[in-house]
Amino acid sequence: MYLHCDKKSSQLTLHQQEVREGIWLLMPSFAIILIVTFLPVLFNLVLSFTDTPISNPIPQHFIGVENYLHFLRSADFWQAIWRTLYFTVVSVGVELLLGLGIANLIHAHPPLWSFLRTSMIIPWAVPTIVNGAMWRWIYNADYGALNGLLFTLGIISKYQSWLTSPFLAMNLVIVADIWHSVPFIALILQAALATIPVELEEAAMVDGATSWGRFWLIRIPLLKPAILVALVVRTVEAFRVFDIVYVLTGGGPAFGTVTISFLAYLESFSYGHLGSGAALSFLISIFTLLMSLIYIRLLYRPGVNS
Amino acid sequence: MIKRLPLRKFLFTIISLALVLLVLIFVYAPILWLVLSSISTRADLLAVPPHWIPAHPTLDNYLSILLPGHALSEVSRTFKICLRNSLLVAIFTTTISLLVGSIAAYALARLHLPFKNKVLTSIMSVRMIPEMSLVIPMFIVAASLSLINKLETLVVIYLSFTLPYAVWMMTTFFEGVPMELDDAAQIDGCSRLGILFQVVLPVAVPGIISTAIFTFLSAWDEFFFALIFTSTVASKTVPVAIAEFTGRYAVDITGMMAAGVVAALPPVILSLVFQRYIVSGLSTGAVKG
Repeated sequence: MYLHCDKKSSQLTLHQQEVREGIWLLMPSFAIILIVTFLPVLFNLVLSFTDTPISNPIPQHFIGVENYLHFLRSADFWQAIWRTLYFTVVSVGVELLLGLGIANLIHAHPPLWSFLRTSMIIPWAVPTIVNGAMWRWIYNADYGALNGLLFTLGIISKYQSWLTSPFLAMNLVIVADIWHSVPFIALILQAALATIPVELEEAAMVDGATSWGRFWLIRIPLLKPAILVALVVRTVEAFRVFDIVYVLTGGGPAFGTVTISFLAYLESFSYGHLGSGAALSFLISIFTLLMSLIYIRLLYRPGVNS
Repeated sequence: MIKRLPLRKFLFTIISLALVLLVLIFVYAPILWLVLSSISTRADLLAVPPHWIPAHPTLDNYLSILLPGHALSEVSRTFKICLRNSLLVAIFTTTISLLVGSIAAYALARLHLPFKNKVLTSIMSVRMIPEMSLVIPMFIVAASLSLINKLETLVVIYLSFTLPYAVWMMTTFFEGVPMELDDAAQIDGCSRLGILFQVVLPVAVPGIISTAIFTFLSAWDEFFFALIFTSTVASKTVPVAIAEFTGRYAVDITGMMAAGVVAALPPVILSLVFQRYIVSGLSTGAVKG
């Protein structure tokens, strides 16, 4: 009896000791994350209820939810939201389709498949800013490769300025983003495909499943977790898009490519309204959170995905 | 049946090869144009229609941004300092993230902590926070403490996205190291940190390499914080310099192209050399997330 109790209490202290040790080991990371993330986020929330200007960046006047109301009522805000949603849906949608296609192509091991897989790493590795600068030069109205190519092929009779129509400019930004991001999805999905046991598809083939049926009934369900992750990561990224817009179009023409992050940047650092910029960034966080929740609801069913 | 099968297979090969070539063109055409532009003379570059193959290929554009002397613009002249800045920031960010992160990851992977899942979930949610919600408060604090235009500030800021990522990745990799190794070391009288640095880390080298590459690349690529926090030559990073080429110094196209290639080379070479770590890292960071 006594022995049993003793053993139990010594186990407990061992466990407590382990927890204490764990806390010490986690402390440095926790302290850094507290300082560079949690405290700024809290400060940001406080700022969003003030009218702090960049010229005197000390929060003084609390104006309640005025900043939030201002944006929710402003047409600029909703236009930026729609533009960002358009960018996100089109780029992520096309990226997923192309990524899925390329992953399946590599998985079928045609000639050059291994070279193709290696090549996919390159656009992924090119820094976003270099990617933006490169496409800006490709789209250049006077000397760009796009004009040169279409002109040489006789498709256009004179050089066009591609980035002067808002709609066209937005879609050309999307093309540049697709070039950069398709490899990420393709590589993730290709790695996930490689883990599907060959026997599974062979068995289905013996049972008379067509290749189309095998694709939808075996590959897609087994790829679901990887697709979910690729979608969440890319959607959150795309919704925050800033860098490529900054170098490629600078938000133009006529604010036609101003995404929500770009609007927050303009608001805070061009117009100098740090308070309303903070409110805007908080709204972006809420939108981001909502989107990840929707995805997880739609695609993730506990038990089905192990 | 026996005759039709090879034909079908042949057709399949032809079609998929055509698709492979199509994707390869999509991948390489923009890069080829970037590289060709970077070795063109100004005259070649401004030809209409373009000289696809430069008539006078030259390395002058590279020399002008890398050597002292005949640069076309201010940003070309100072580009090498930006390269140094970017390198320093990326190296320090990576080192600190790996050192601090590996200790936390070890605790999460090995100790029986009741709050382990809560910690991992909050690390995941930290990764979801938009940079925009951090930049304004950080800017106010940095401005009032005169910490703007300092590389150290940039390193600390970058930890906000590299550290959670490093902890997450390394926790996954450490969980893959057999527990028996720890037990043996513990019996031999090793301390916790001793076990981490002498037993677990050496076995988890592939995971460490992959975490290091991802951390380095994300610091090397980072633009938004650098744009807000650095504007002097002594502190500007490469992405900020390249953005200046597209803005104020838009006339210096040859400089911009060469700078673009130079900025892309380190990440591209690193990723190609360590490609299997990249693919496994993408999947670990991904499938587990």
